[in-house]
Amino acid sequence: MPHDPSQMVTLKIPRPLYERLGQLIEGTGFRSVTEFATYVLRDLASQPVSERRAEAAASDRMTEAEVEGARERLRELGYL
Amino acid sequence: MIHPHGGRLVNRMVSGEEREGLAGQAGELPTLALNQRELADLEMIATGAMSPLEGFMGEADYRSVIDSMRLANDLVWAIPVVLSAKTDEHKKLKGGDRVALVDEAGRALAVMEVADCYEADHDYEAQMVLRTNDDAHPGVQYLQSISPIYLGGTVHMIRRPEHRDFTRYRLEPKETRVLFATKGWNRVVAFQTRNPIHRAHEYLQKCALEVCDGLLIHPLVGETKSDDIPADVRMRCYEELLERYYPRDRVVLSVFPAAMRYAGPREAVFHALVRKNYGCTHFIVGRDHAGVGNYYGTYDAHAIFGEFDPREIDITPLFFDHAFFCRTCGNMASTKTCPHGKEDHVFLSGTKVREMLAAGELPPPEFTRPEVASLLAESAR
Repeated sequence: MPHDPSQMVTLKIPRPLYERLGQLIEGTGFRSVTEFATYVLRDLASQPVSERRAEAAASDRMTEAEVEGARERLRELGYL
Repeated sequence: MIHPHGGRLVNRMVSGEEREGLAGQAGELPTLALNQRELADLEMIATGAMSPLEGFMGEADYRSVIDSMRLANDLVWAIPVVLSAKTDEHKKLKGGDRVALVDEAGRALAVMEVADCYEADHDYEAQMVLRTNDDAHPGVQYLQSISPIYLGGTVHMIRRPEHRDFTRYRLEPKETRVLFATKGWNRVVAFQTRNPIHRAHEYLQKCALEVCDGLLIHPLVGETKSDDIPADVRMRCYEELLERYYPRDRVVLSVFPAAMRYAGPREAVFHALVRKNYGCTHFIVGRDHAGVGNYYGTYDAHAIFGEFDPREIDITPLFFDHAFFCRTCGNMASTKTCPHGKEDHVFLSGTKVREMLAAGELPPPEFTRPEVASLLAESAR
């Protein structure tokens, strides 16, 4: 569990990077660099294997045509 | 817009030449007929509702989810999403094989790239996920009805399951996301239910809507136990109430295709994560969410969220205490907001409502709006 200190380990990163990250998270809601780093690393770790990353990146966003197609269906169904 | 769980909305639908090629191959592959729960899961995986899952769980994810409520990559995920072998031939499949996933009519819906074939311990799974091994629990009964040999692997959906019901209410995550963005809703609260709408549900929904831009009413229409009120009756109740008592421009009614697991607290986490994929930022968790019988404590489904860092869940759970009409207050309230005793509260159990309907009686208007009571009475006849 994330709150159990015995289940946490220390990672070392360069101090300048640490300080840069500290600036980056100001005003974002992240309470610490550790929290931000954990969030980012967890996100990265969830990505598909490398050979499929390009495909994954391409499918991240809907194209304009897909959005318009979705809107058209939503209109037909009476949602818009 | 809130990010999907895992950061990316999965799309396992294939189209064009890829679809034609796979559809052609499917005819040559061994077939595996999905049961109702698996069919619903397949569709939800393919459309991204179960992001980040790209297929049925392999052994590493399955064991990790059961033991720690996390996928093997550490992302929170509370319930197994698995595919059971149906024949001895399936049990011989191994990593690298392909199998055509078919519906009950034998239509090929998807091709799965088998990653592994493994044996589950159903007793352990039931104890960990359902918190019981009691034969009377519908989730235990389901496990007893399927093979403990599971097949994991990514899926490529070549054809959607055929739906004859609720077709105008079936929206995929991509569509609800476009819908919310088009409406300009930033804070969207989802309400999950497998029961007919009573005044208490309406109270929860409207309280939540007071602090959000929009409300997604998302009744579960997948497989439920036989004595639950049928989905078509529940949907008619919603249609009636939305027409009369809800702000049309702030509420979306759509169906949630999943099957019920009756896994209580764990299923509450699952229901929340999945609604994040649909683009919702908030999720209502009432008393005994996804519970059945007396297997779970009234607020176990609230407490389980405390086991995670809120950032891991990301969607915000809105916890509501037991709600009812209070005769002394003269309004809807909850155990948190009402100082009066039970004798002042109008609340009926599902069993009591069923008994009243069977006897030709209507539940009181303080419990159920008359329009809903009439529909329920009609369906009970």
